[in-house]
Amino acid sequence: MSKKKAVIRSDMTRAQWTWKEMKKNWVAYLMVAPYMIIFTMFTVVPVFLSMVISFTDFNLLEPPNFVFISNYTRLFLDDDIFVIAVKNTLIFAAIVGPVSYLMSLLVAWFINELPPKIRGVVTLVFYAPSISGQVYLIWGTLFSGDSYGWVNGALLNLGLIPKEIAFFEDADYVMPLCIVVALWTSLGTSFLAFIAGLQGIDRSMYEAGAVDGVRNRWQELWYITLPSMKPQLMFGAVMAITSSFGFGGVVTALCGFPSVEYAAHTIMHHLDDYGGIRFEVGYSSTIAVVLFAIMIGSNALVKKMLSKVGQ
Amino acid sequence: MARKLRVRKHKVVLNRSAGGDLGITIMLSILGAFMILPMIYVIMQSLKPLDELWMFPPRFFVRHPTWRNYRDLFMLMNTSWVPFSRYIFNTIFTSVIGTIGNLFFSSLAAYAMAKIKFPGGKFMFRTVRTSLMFHSTVTAITSFIIMSALHMVDTYWAIIVPAFATSLGLYLMKQFMETNVSDAVLESARLDGATELQTFWVIAMPMVKPAWLTLIIYTFKDLWNRGSSIYIHSEQLKSFNYAIGQIMAGGIKRAGASAASLVVMMLVPITVFVISQSNIIETMGSSGMKD
Repeated sequence: MSKKKAVIRSDMTRAQWTWKEMKKNWVAYLMVAPYMIIFTMFTVVPVFLSMVISFTDFNLLEPPNFVFISNYTRLFLDDDIFVIAVKNTLIFAAIVGPVSYLMSLLVAWFINELPPKIRGVVTLVFYAPSISGQVYLIWGTLFSGDSYGWVNGALLNLGLIPKEIAFFEDADYVMPLCIVVALWTSLGTSFLAFIAGLQGIDRSMYEAGAVDGVRNRWQELWYITLPSMKPQLMFGAVMAITSSFGFGGVVTALCGFPSVEYAAHTIMHHLDDYGGIRFEVGYSSTIAVVLFAIMIGSNALVKKMLSKVGQ
Repeated sequence: MARKLRVRKHKVVLNRSAGGDLGITIMLSILGAFMILPMIYVIMQSLKPLDELWMFPPRFFVRHPTWRNYRDLFMLMNTSWVPFSRYIFNTIFTSVIGTIGNLFFSSLAAYAMAKIKFPGGKFMFRTVRTSLMFHSTVTAITSFIIMSALHMVDTYWAIIVPAFATSLGLYLMKQFMETNVSDAVLESARLDGATELQTFWVIAMPMVKPAWLTLIIYTFKDLWNRGSSIYIHSEQLKSFNYAIGQIMAGGIKRAGASAASLVVMMLVPITVFVISQSNIIETMGSSGMKD
């Protein structure tokens, strides 16, 4: 008479084990199914689809022809405006991304030092611009090109300028202004994540740190606070990068499309131009693929940098 | 070596110098002014009578506040081709249904990924996490192709269904569940005979209240602030935000009504945030004790 033996993992092949685990946890598949189906349909498939379409001349009307890499060669060699767009996008992202990230972190940290009663109000002050939709259009009024614009009015009144400056129609001012406005609306998700992260840190860690020789709040920030909220830091970085590439709407609303002398033309606008206006879906997919690669690349870079926090 | 301890409200304050406190207050005030002044300016503009909107030199504060701009705004709304209530309904309907669906589907999937070990779970989560790294405009055009194949273009579903499965929703929820829901509690619920769905709904969900409030704010404000969309071309299905944009396109003579419309638009997400923020802080405070 044989004794019943417990099944352990080494008794089975890997495939058998996986199958057994899958059958045991069927509920889990049921739970992720609705989400994963929708997610696959509207996020995963579109990414791969645009990679495929980027090798064709698809235009929504005629059946697509395979054109190999001619979209890519056209983009990099024949499209002068794309070069401007890449330059602008990189300048924009390189300033807005890091500055908004540091601003979110510092402000969240400062707020955490405040007495709990006023924290809520101060958080609202900083968070409000990012959730208020098109309220950034007020910058168009503040910097309006006529003398009724508040900034022009103030400068004229003080005699600092001889005549009003058409801020949003001047190639010299367009980009810096858009950066300021983008920063103004940028204390969003990462900011909230930092606040939540800071509040979640166990107070006894700080007490232990003080005993172990942490002398001031900066040391405390670097050695205790930041390492304890690393998941939030990484998440905040991802959000900051993604949104720093996504400010096309702000630029269009303030400077028009296309902006004067393409001074604030970003890859996003180039994509809209070919995809949404000219319906050159094949070519716009190529632009989308390049933008996709730039975003994933910058994320990988930042991830490396963040692994150094607290060391 | 004895150190002087600072005491604030009968609690010892560690490593905090008075100079640092002052510096922080000053910096916070400067940044705060940068953030809030344009917001105040919108409100001021919306309350200015015509002669104050067009005076030189322009003044920041309003002298003789009036509701005229708001009256103008509602009058303009009544003259639009599609009744304005329709735009408002469209936005509220898509925002509410999208937010509820997102909260439910994202939490359900997040719970499975965070708390049940099953083959493929990690891979699915990594895919979702990677998708956080690119902006949705990258996929806008190909999504359009897929939607038209599914006959979803120009229906509410084109806005609502993709909102059910936002990467951010799932990501936030999974992160919070992983850290804030203890496995021991779930295990004891399972031992007591609760099904996985019951464990999720009765035990895990109440423990992650801060996360789902964050999810609500985030999805809601995204849907609320949605302007014109390439997926919608019927005038009757367009959003409130789009209609407001049409009013502002009226140019100079509508400067006052535009400012008023901006104020109306921003009041809703801000109110939603104020309500849920106080909840978040409350739950954060009481969830401080961990096992």
